[in-house]
Amino acid sequence: MTLYFTKEHEWLRVEGDTAIVGITKHAAEELGELVFVETRDAGTVVQAGDSIAVVESVKAASDIYAPVDGEVLDNNPQLSDDPARVSSDPEGEGWIVKFRLAKPEQLAALMDADAYAAFIA
Amino acid sequence: MSADSLLHTPLYRLHEESGGKMVPFAGYVMPLNYADGIMAEHRHVRTHAGLFDVSHMGQVRLRARSGDGDAAAHALERLVPADIVSLKNGRQRYTQFTNEQGGILDDLMVARMGESLLLVINAACKDADIAHLQDELADCLVEVLEDRALLALQGPEAEAALAKLAPAVRDMKFMDVRDVDVDGALCTISRSGYTGEDGFEISLPAMDASRVARKLLEQPAVKLIGLGARDSLRLEAGMCLYGSDIDETTTPVEAALEWSIQKSRRRGGVREGGFPGADVILAQLEGGVSRRRVGLLPEGRAPLRGGAPVYEDAEFTKPLGKVTSGAFGPTVEAPVAMGYVATASSAPQTPVVAELRGRAVPAVVHVLPFVAARFKR
Repeated sequence: MTLYFTKEHEWLRVEGDTAIVGITKHAAEELGELVFVETRDAGTVVQAGDSIAVVESVKAASDIYAPVDGEVLDNNPQLSDDPARVSSDPEGEGWIVKFRLAKPEQLAALMDADAYAAFIA
Repeated sequence: MSADSLLHTPLYRLHEESGGKMVPFAGYVMPLNYADGIMAEHRHVRTHAGLFDVSHMGQVRLRARSGDGDAAAHALERLVPADIVSLKNGRQRYTQFTNEQGGILDDLMVARMGESLLLVINAACKDADIAHLQDELADCLVEVLEDRALLALQGPEAEAALAKLAPAVRDMKFMDVRDVDVDGALCTISRSGYTGEDGFEISLPAMDASRVARKLLEQPAVKLIGLGARDSLRLEAGMCLYGSDIDETTTPVEAALEWSIQKSRRRGGVREGGFPGADVILAQLEGGVSRRRVGLLPEGRAPLRGGAPVYEDAEFTKPLGKVTSGAFGPTVEAPVAMGYVATASSAPQTPVVAELRGRAVPAVVHVLPFVAARFKR
């Protein structure tokens, strides 16, 4: 299991060719308490940069983008009742989608935890 | 506008010390929210008392060159559809600057204070409004009160909190305006606001603003509230945001603001018309309009945002209008929105469909406000 981060403040926890995707603690703090999360349906094939979810705070909607090419496999079922879970535990219980990687080699372009910490510093 | 040309209000340092998330807004750096976040701040205002820095708004003193207060009131009536002449001393009223098409150049509060009128105008419209007043009211002096800050103290505990520093405010009623000494600062206080709650707006010298704000914040009921919660509070209260819900293309009648046009200015009134766009607006008051501003309550949890199209049907073949503001309403505990729809579909409970990310979201027209006002009348 390896953890990757993107410049769009997402994290990916990768096991084999699947990844769990969420937003970082830093992003969650910036967004404020979330009131609604909507994800693309399972089976949706996307390219890096396509929207895979929308998270909404009181004030604004923000897209979550696919960090790499792949397919949405599943979403966090608990977020429909409790979207604030993303705010309270963004890097754990508040994960957003499960994702199949089409080109795992694309991960090489992403950041590790240290690089991300430097990126937001 | 680049970051270094943004203006600071006299409370900038207080916002920074208080953990304000500072964002550019109408040429100023303003707090969007503090550490508690928009939801908690919103709820605090509805249950206790919130202190807002609204010093970015424009404050203008208007006087007739003759020095006569009634002459100033008559003059201002050339630019707004409200009855300013019969506004009593120490009272305030909501109105709009209109254009020749009947559209809204800005909305504002007007108070009669002796021989002067005090105007509070939107930050983003400040320069245009001041030029408009100077161009159109050559018989008046337009004094921009650059050295005054504006605080809003709002919520069910606002009266108790302010009365600790200025007991006289207990006697004020909704839309009363008085000059009051608060901790040695010469304040002009109105019992009004932009949240739907009881509360006050406190105009005071910039040099006193931080001290008075800190005095108010010493009380446990009072917390600083940012612009984010200010927006969700006013939306639940059914109040318009200039530039979103009203602008140069919407008339006061389309915007359901006809309550702010008194009989004296309507057809058959003692001072009928006489403001820009009066022909359009007075005709609309009698003959109706083709679209109206309404509240919209969507089904489900997804907030509708400004710009979302509204239709009669889920196939998006019969357009009705569009959403102009939308947010999650922390007190309603559901998404709330407002927008314009065809008049035939503007009655409360009319089902409509909004388009959100290509999907059809059912909504119903909802009477405004979403949260009942608690003014002290």
